[in-house]
Amino acid sequence: MIKVKDLHKHFGGFHAVDGANLEIAEGSITGLIGPNGAGKTTLFNVIAGVLEPTAGRVTMAGKDITGLPPHELFHKGLLRTFQIAHEFSSMTCRENLMMVPGNQSGERLWNTWFGRRRIANEERALRAKADEVLEFLTIEHLADHRAGQVSGGQKKLLELGRTMMVDARIVFLDEVGAGVNRTLLNTIADAIIRLNKERQYTFVVIEHDMDFIGRLCDPVICMAEGRVLAEGTLAEIKANEQVIEAYLGTGLKNKVNT
Amino acid sequence: MDLLNAIVALSNFVLVPAIAYGSQLALGALGVTLIYGILRFSNFAHGDTMAFGTMATILFTWWFQSLGISFGPLPTALLALPLGILGCMAIVLLTDRGIYRFYREQKAKPVILVIVSMGVMFIMNGLVRVIIGPDDQNFADGDRFIITAREFREMTGLREGLALKSTQGITVITAVIVVALLFWFLNRTRTGKSMRAYSDNEDLALLSGINPERVVMITWLIVAALATVAGVLYGLDKSFKPFVYFQLLLPIFASAIVGGLGSPVGAIAGGFIIAFSEVTITYAWKKVLTYLLPEAWQPDGLVQLMSTDYKFAVSFVILLIVLLVKPTGLFKGKSV
Repeated sequence: MIKVKDLHKHFGGFHAVDGANLEIAEGSITGLIGPNGAGKTTLFNVIAGVLEPTAGRVTMAGKDITGLPPHELFHKGLLRTFQIAHEFSSMTCRENLMMVPGNQSGERLWNTWFGRRRIANEERALRAKADEVLEFLTIEHLADHRAGQVSGGQKKLLELGRTMMVDARIVFLDEVGAGVNRTLLNTIADAIIRLNKERQYTFVVIEHDMDFIGRLCDPVICMAEGRVLAEGTLAEIKANEQVIEAYLGTGLKNKVNT
Repeated sequence: MDLLNAIVALSNFVLVPAIAYGSQLALGALGVTLIYGILRFSNFAHGDTMAFGTMATILFTWWFQSLGISFGPLPTALLALPLGILGCMAIVLLTDRGIYRFYREQKAKPVILVIVSMGVMFIMNGLVRVIIGPDDQNFADGDRFIITAREFREMTGLREGLALKSTQGITVITAVIVVALLFWFLNRTRTGKSMRAYSDNEDLALLSGINPERVVMITWLIVAALATVAGVLYGLDKSFKPFVYFQLLLPIFASAIVGGLGSPVGAIAGGFIIAFSEVTITYAWKKVLTYLLPEAWQPDGLVQLMSTDYKFAVSFVILLIVLLVKPTGLFKGKSV
């Protein structure tokens, strides 16, 4: 699905991503783990078109997508969420979701004045869809609240909801679970599994919570210092000496063994 | 009776002119605020964009007048206005394609864009002077007054008259219509919502599939329309002189900043705050006070706080106070 080849992203002398090679299989839920500063988010940003790579290629289903702007990638079905939840703070949660599908007929100036009925029909369908998504995420009571005022965890759900408004092909989730309580985390995990099963979304998940990773992800890729350190099932990764040294630490190793 | 006379005098010299001037400033400030919210820089060329749009409208007005087309009691300029707006849209899109887009692609810092807009300002300023000349141009026609001071005096029997110029009436009515349309557009239409979304959170807007170039283009089109309307109304009410429009930049920016850059409601409020302070501080209050105070207290001087030469200083004092006390402006815009 996505192939990353020899990807470099340098900020001045700092090599945030330093020759990363990886492949994400269609229909998988791939976990991306690694210590802070390993280059996971930078890698996301480069793939999602927010940053231009210094060198290297990214392909999606065989086609080169390196350096395409985010809104074009969006129309190709590549979506992402943010580590720190983003939202249109002055709009309600429902409006936030309704913003998502691109190329709505109301976006053309001509239709704004002369295609009112078409827009109204489209908006009605979107509204129904947004309500459905809110219900799926168990935050239907927040539909009319301003997105800037809901809690951090609820914003994370909203981020996930955004990806459900269109037929995404691949979704990059940047720490969806961070700062979210257990119950909400389970809701998110359920949603991811359902989207993967029912709608064949491919997911790439950055996460530090190993239980969450273990429940969802196969395979798991571990990054460190801008490179891919190891790839395999979570059990394999946990047993990998390099990974333990760079990320998990011996404490966890002992815990795994007991 | 004295109280009524005082109220009429106050309306005639302060309220009515300030409301008209405030509407003009508000329309100008809306343009500045939209550019700031969406393109994220202070557009110093806005005053001259207004001048360009007004010039285009004047040229069309003259053409209409030479063809003998008139708009009855209303100024012919209102008929020419849509054509003037199209002209302004053309030049604004041209500068965006030719100049601003280059810097956008470089992801230039706002401060660079501000300097670029100053360059655009000087070019447009020169262009307007070359085409129409640096002098005063009068293009108002149609009825001059809705009601003259004399008619008002005869009608009411008061000593003070209230003159209502037709341009003042047109200014206020047009401003109300334009603002209503703008707010409907921003809040109710999908395009307007994309603009608000883009202004609110650019990263997320891009990742939601909103095409930035389209949002930017629509913003420029709206700004060109607002600038032309504001410029034409100001020109009808006073007169058209390129240099005056260049100077208008100052109170317009003061309005936008006082209200909160990036906030359309703020721009309107700011426009009226600046207009009312300019007019009240430079007005000679003697006449109003003579009616209100007992004879013993009546003032000898003009009771004018400042000469009208200093009217721009007023907007700057207000601007400074707001920036010191509440840097994001009254309606919580983005901080400067």
